[in-house]
Amino acid sequence: MEEKIKAKIMDEKKMKRTFLRLAMEILEHNREADKLVLIGIQTKGVTVARRIQQLIKELEGIDLPLGVLDITLFRDDLHRHEKQPAVKKTQIDFSIEDRDIVLIDDVVFTGRTIRAAMDSIFELGRPASVQLAAFIDRGHREMPICPDFKGKDLPTSRRERVKVMLKETDGQDQVLIMEPTRF
Amino acid sequence: MKEKTFLQNHLLGIEHLSVSDIGTILETAEAFIEISTREVKKVPALKGKTVVNLFFENSTRTRSSFEIAAKRLSADLINFNSSVSSLKKGETLKDTVLTLEAMNPHIIVIRHSASGSPHYLTTFARSSIINAGDGFHEHPTQALLDALTIQQRLKTLRKLKIAIVGDILHSRVARSNIILHQKLGNEIALIGPPSLVPREFEKMGAQVYSDIRRGVKGADVVMMLRVQEERGAKNYFPSIREYRNLFAINRDIFSLAKKTAILMHPGPINRDVEIETSMADSPQSAILEQVTNGIAVRMAVLYLLKGDIHETLN
Repeated sequence: MEEKIKAKIMDEKKMKRTFLRLAMEILEHNREADKLVLIGIQTKGVTVARRIQQLIKELEGIDLPLGVLDITLFRDDLHRHEKQPAVKKTQIDFSIEDRDIVLIDDVVFTGRTIRAAMDSIFELGRPASVQLAAFIDRGHREMPICPDFKGKDLPTSRRERVKVMLKETDGQDQVLIMEPTRF
Repeated sequence: MKEKTFLQNHLLGIEHLSVSDIGTILETAEAFIEISTREVKKVPALKGKTVVNLFFENSTRTRSSFEIAAKRLSADLINFNSSVSSLKKGETLKDTVLTLEAMNPHIIVIRHSASGSPHYLTTFARSSIINAGDGFHEHPTQALLDALTIQQRLKTLRKLKIAIVGDILHSRVARSNIILHQKLGNEIALIGPPSLVPREFEKMGAQVYSDIRRGVKGADVVMMLRVQEERGAKNYFPSIREYRNLFAINRDIFSLAKKTAILMHPGPINRDVEIETSMADSPQSAILEQVTNGIAVRMAVLYLLKGDIHETLN
């Protein structure tokens, strides 16, 4: 589907502030940082999680464990696809037993990804708590899921797409709303 | 981001795969390796799908490998054992498969002594067909798990010299590996007595050697094949002792390969026939990794095929 930029929502400067606030809020909310772990959802959520991990290290000198979670195999629409979506790696090199997990994704939308992520996490152990951080909340939830930490509320229409671009993967930091060129 | 596509309905042989298909299967398999290291070794990806293991030849490892792979993806699996089946009562292969299909499976994994039988199944079956070894033809998942093992150990699948030693003529493992490494542009050396490695293989683009030392020289990978006594391998050379003297891999011969070279074997191994026992247990040996990777590769294939044609035809 071809699409064009409808609006630029955030630039590098704004995103930097938002990342900083997210990192602070996560720390503020979790007093026992020694139980805290970050898990980024493949693929963009991982980069967002790395940024937050780095900021927390700079702010408090705490090196939080960071895991990578791929939710493909837990999707609720696997049987609907004509071709199978690509499976990416899951790498969580620490026990999640009794830890406070902050799940991190770039955009929260229907909530189905987060549902899959929680199912996947509970196959790996029993955490003390699971919190959710999303850089953008674009609404249209289909599940009873609400982020504990969010960078920005961004009302969108369903046919639009929110594109969180990050230096590590896209060469620059910005958030765009994309819309299809044709109907 | 561009998603990789895999649009095959069946896995009949390496022959039908593109280099990009091979890449997709291996990448998917790499992601599946982690699941087998978890405490709960199960994901719901194939929940509600049924896989039939239809084995007309004896097999323990390949059959169990497919079984574990299917179960770790939450598929239901039934084993159809030919020795107790109605084939013994005179049913044809087609009728057996049609009967099984009336139970609505999604994927049929077949091993049969007749080359081309999986291809025959695709002419009338509605399920996805996976070839788990057909006669002297192909054994694609073995070649794929070998490739995954090579990639893990050597960090590349390109610009390699692959030496395969043994009964190439009757080996579907060898044939699938030859086709795969041909597609990847690797150099292939086939080694064995002329009765088991005829010059005809040069037409497949391989070099043929009857001197193991010349063939193994500079190799990145040395694959040993089992002497298949049950297939009458002994009729092709004077004695096991002579075969061992000329074609068994030992330290001395293996040292002619590259320093980084790895030793592989599809199993089951005959210690001190085709492989000196100390070599089988050496750090260069990747034999047990091959078994572990077999599960990941078969999970990848089951996941990527998933038996969709069944749904679309219904």
